Amino acid sequence: MTRKGKRLTLIAGAMAVLGLAAGLMLFALRDNIVFFYTPSELAKKEVASGARLRIGGLVKEGSVVKNGQDVSFTVTDKTSDLAVSYTGLLPDLFREGQGVVVDGVLQAGGAFRADSVLAKHDERYMPRDVADALKKQGVWQGETK
Amino acid sequence: MCALSCNPRNVRMIVETGHYALVLALALAVAQFAIPFIGARLNDAGLMRVARPTAITQLLFVALSYGALTYAHVVSDFSLVNVIENSHSLKPFIYKISGVWGNHEGSMLLWVLVLSLCGALIAIFSNAMSDRLRADALAVQGLLGAAFLLFILQTSNPFARVAPAPWEGRDLNPILQDPGLAIHPPLLYLGYVGFSIVFSFAAAALIGGRIDAAWARVIRPWTLFAWIALTLGIAMGSYWAYYTLGWGGFWFWDPVENASLMPWIAGTALVHSAAVMEKREALKVWTIFLAILAFSLSLLGTFLVRSGVLTSVHAFASDPDRGVFILAILVFFIGGALALFALRASALPIGGLFSPISREGALVLNNLLLSACCATVVVGTLYPLALEAITGEKISVGAPFFNTVLIPIALPLALLMPIGQMLSWKRGDLAAALQRLRVAFVAGVLAAAAFGAWYGTPFLSIVTAGIAIYLVVGALSDLALRARGGSGRPSLKRLAGLPLSAFGTSFAHAGMGLTLLGLAATGWGVETIVAMKPLSFYDVGPFQIGVESVSPRQGPNYSEVYAVMAVRKDGATLATIEPAKRFYQARRMARSEAGIATLGLGQVYAAIGESHEDGTIDARLYWKPLVTLIWIGALIMAFGGALSLADRRLRIGVARRAAAPALEPAE
Repeated sequence: MTRKGKRLTLIAGAMAVLGLAAGLMLFALRDNIVFFYTPSELAKKEVASGARLRIGGLVKEGSVVKNGQDVSFTVTDKTSDLAVSYTGLLPDLFREGQGVVVDGVLQAGGAFRADSVLAKHDERYMPRDVADALKKQGVWQGETK
Repeated sequence: MCALSCNPRNVRMIVETGHYALVLALALAVAQFAIPFIGARLNDAGLMRVARPTAITQLLFVALSYGALTYAHVVSDFSLVNVIENSHSLKPFIYKISGVWGNHEGSMLLWVLVLSLCGALIAIFSNAMSDRLRADALAVQGLLGAAFLLFILQTSNPFARVAPAPWEGRDLNPILQDPGLAIHPPLLYLGYVGFSIVFSFAAAALIGGRIDAAWARVIRPWTLFAWIALTLGIAMGSYWAYYTLGWGGFWFWDPVENASLMPWIAGTALVHSAAVMEKREALKVWTIFLAILAFSLSLLGTFLVRSGVLTSVHAFASDPDRGVFILAILVFFIGGALALFALRASALPIGGLFSPISREGALVLNNLLLSACCATVVVGTLYPLALEAITGEKISVGAPFFNTVLIPIALPLALLMPIGQMLSWKRGDLAAALQRLRVAFVAGVLAAAAFGAWYGTPFLSIVTAGIAIYLVVGALSDLALRARGGSGRPSLKRLAGLPLSAFGTSFAHAGMGLTLLGLAATGWGVETIVAMKPLSFYDVGPFQIGVESVSPRQGPNYSEVYAVMAVRKDGATLATIEPAKRFYQARRMARSEAGIATLGLGQVYAAIGESHEDGTIDARLYWKPLVTLIWIGALIMAFGGALSLADRRLRIGVARRAAAPALEPAE
């Protein structure tokens, strides 16, 4: 192969690989990212049911109902509420009145089916998403950072 | 304890000495930059000679400072903010030592300690290079040291005091109180700060304008050294996450994990491209670029982790001043190096071109695919941050994104790895290479069929496992074929005569294959969540697990509830595991301690949740077949790297033509 030919092969190969990678990334970014909302943002957005979402807020006082492994509770940001159902073990520090982030799918009736529940790590720390959401709503009670 | 018995004045003296040593180290770092740099410009050998002793002395002062902080932690000197925030007098001794780097200030000090260690290593092991290259490289290393020492003294002083001193500290974050974390950060830092050596040499080469095969020989051992440490550090960190987070996962695509993966991928590409540059004087500009990129990604990782832009299980920093400072360092070094690159790269002599079907052609393809992987991780890590900064919209990019993009790139890369090993330099014969890999192909197909029959779906796991076996067999058949020589019988003598780097490549590739097999097997895992009644057994994959007892226990700085569980198969008890749920009083934090039994290459993994009044206890139970291969593979990869590093021909200072030409692959 000529010098020019070799160089062209190299460049064409590089373009093909990078093109493939860019295409895959765009495809994946369209379908595989998950948006994060607070219950009141969700109420405003009109998200279609079946969408994968992350929701952050507080576990509403008195809303936790356990039935064996099935748990249902309400996530609130003190403006809007969202009913969440979940099956499985709750994290170590899942408590009423405390911050929580749930991952899952919005159901047809507007309820939320969670497949993972994340709670804050300790009694001082709250997931940043939740803290931001609470600050946005003006109901932040912790220290301001 | 000791805080009462030791003389408080002595303690204070030691701590103040540590603080002062840090200031002196900064002055030395500035000298290490300025004097040799000017010397190299003036061609003054005397000024250039200043580089080595200042680099070594800088290490001594940083080590002194680090030692003083460790001492303050060990004797629980609660007049230091850092000790109050992260220690507790009842904390076990080993976590008093590892607690030094379990927080922002201490871990930055460890970062700088490793950085100055790298500088000292260059100073000690750099006989076989021009005075100018050494002086410039050490000058760049000095500048890096100065920037980070200034950062520590300005924004993250670990020696900050508080008066009056409290009686007790707030203890270290419990998830960090673990033996795994005692080893993981030092290894990780050795890895990603280790790339600073390569970065400094790249910058020095660009400043000096001389880049040749000798330069590639200089950087190759350092690249390998950083790569080995990073491989081990990442593996260690992933195993730590696996058993302390209690979710059974070992990689969460968390930005903090990605921060270490990005330089690893770039470093892997660099190891390969440096080989091409060394053997064939090609890919010079690209290799320089990768050398800059690997450390730039380390700096990016440091920024992500240490600036507080993220908050996750790993990130403990939250101070905007720090973020801006690190960002400035990042922009200065990455921008400076890239500007230098843009100015000088066009003036560099263009290396030889080569046929696409050859060892170097395969290595170029490897570099392309690795770059694509690296770009994917960078995009997946930065995109959510950029989107949030620009639009305020919050998204999370997790496993689905990375799997969708990386699997179609990584599997072809795995298919290519043994083919590249079989091709010779200059002009390869693809048909012959494939012919030599027929055993590996057959092994891969048979293995896929066997795994499919044994475990069944998912299809992706079956395909990946097949490719993994092909990769292992392909890597080893390269050694077997070389041992056979031209056409004769395989001879042990010939095998023993092969260069260590040939073993290194084969082991590293085979290790990758084993890791891939472990990853493939995650698809065949079994997970159940049950409320376990006492003395009844629950099916988890081929095993039955039952609770024998649940009882409380008191640890040194925590209390825990632990369950004793028996793992049975066909009525015989194979293992007993003790998953626990710990509560750390000082931080009022809970943490799971998984119960793990290794059975063959797989593991039974149990984490417990709440226990109820009727005696049942909630538990997550997993059977993870072949899961240990993920980490065993990484160990073998690192071992392969170490073999290559030990190869005499690659050692600095050994003449280039030292190896007999007969040891090269048949052309």
